[in-house]
Amino acid sequence: MSWKFDTTRPIYMQLVERIKLMIVTGELASGSKLKSVRDMAEEAGVNPNTMQRALAELEREALVYSQRTSGRFVTEDKELLTKMRDEFAEEKVKTFIESLMQLGYAQDEVITLIQHYLGGIK
Amino acid sequence: MEPILEITHVSKTYGKKEALKDVSLKIEPGKVVGLLGPNGSGKSTLIKLINGLLQPTDGQILVAGQALGIETKKMISYLPERTYLNEWMKVKDLLGFFSDFYEDFDIEKARQMLATLKIDEDSKLKTLSKGTKEKVQLILVMSRKAKLYVLDEPIGGVDPAARDYILNTIIKNYSEESSVIIATHLIQEVENICDDIIFLGYGEVRLQGNVDDIRQEKGQSIDALFREVFRC
Repeated sequence: MSWKFDTTRPIYMQLVERIKLMIVTGELASGSKLKSVRDMAEEAGVNPNTMQRALAELEREALVYSQRTSGRFVTEDKELLTKMRDEFAEEKVKTFIESLMQLGYAQDEVITLIQHYLGGIK
Repeated sequence: MEPILEITHVSKTYGKKEALKDVSLKIEPGKVVGLLGPNGSGKSTLIKLINGLLQPTDGQILVAGQALGIETKKMISYLPERTYLNEWMKVKDLLGFFSDFYEDFDIEKARQMLATLKIDEDSKLKTLSKGTKEKVQLILVMSRKAKLYVLDEPIGGVDPAARDYILNTIIKNYSEESSVIIATHLIQEVENICDDIIFLGYGEVRLQGNVDDIRQEKGQSIDALFREVFRC
């Protein structure tokens, strides 16, 4: 029902990340209208003020924009969306590589592992 | 904006025992505030003072700018820790009872909530389980259009699913003009829905502030911080 949160970090930041991910994956389509703050807060199981703070942050980053009377919308700026997607990917790659390095794999071994997994050159 | 609740230098002593020592706090409209403290920290004393059930030894309490009295009682919807409802009454009698007592009681809202929880209005309170009774009482309290909701342990006696429902009801009921105080020691359960928290210990305010700011500053949950501050 309500979203899961890491208890050690501010909730609004986690809401920002979560909504960004929903935008990147298309769960919230570009150009689509967001639900009301109240509804979104209820869905996430958080205080409406916290959701408001998260949306204000997303607005500051231009990922959503408000139209005075008709509500909030997901950005249609393709460039911005691609950039955000790249950022997500980079973050994932970074943690992935770091964890493998920790296990003692060298760079070329990491590449071999990936190719192996993808069913490429054995 | 005028604060909904303003407590200035309030003390309360019972004989020689100081239950509250120089407590000052302010609650702005549109806030959900967690009042957290270990057993015997003064939570219940504070709540009784806000509701005018006890008189402060010293200091002042204002609700929407007014001294405590009939007018402030109209503005406060209070869920006590223990039920005061008559066991022989049916749920629908209670709806009538609340309609008679409180001008701001929204009977339709209460009916809807009862229906959602599949609570039969014809059942006598006596025949309901402890948890269901608590749900009925919360529904009555939340169906008032009050300025300040004071909930003393609203989720203490109910199962996890009902807890979710109750917390959700608090979120749903959110309004920019009213505020909610939740006194509890089930911190983990409430910290996601609170704007601010107040730690009360040995009758004093030990910490107060915005939940996310505290998490950011301390890098830990309110629950973990509570365990640290009040380590036995």
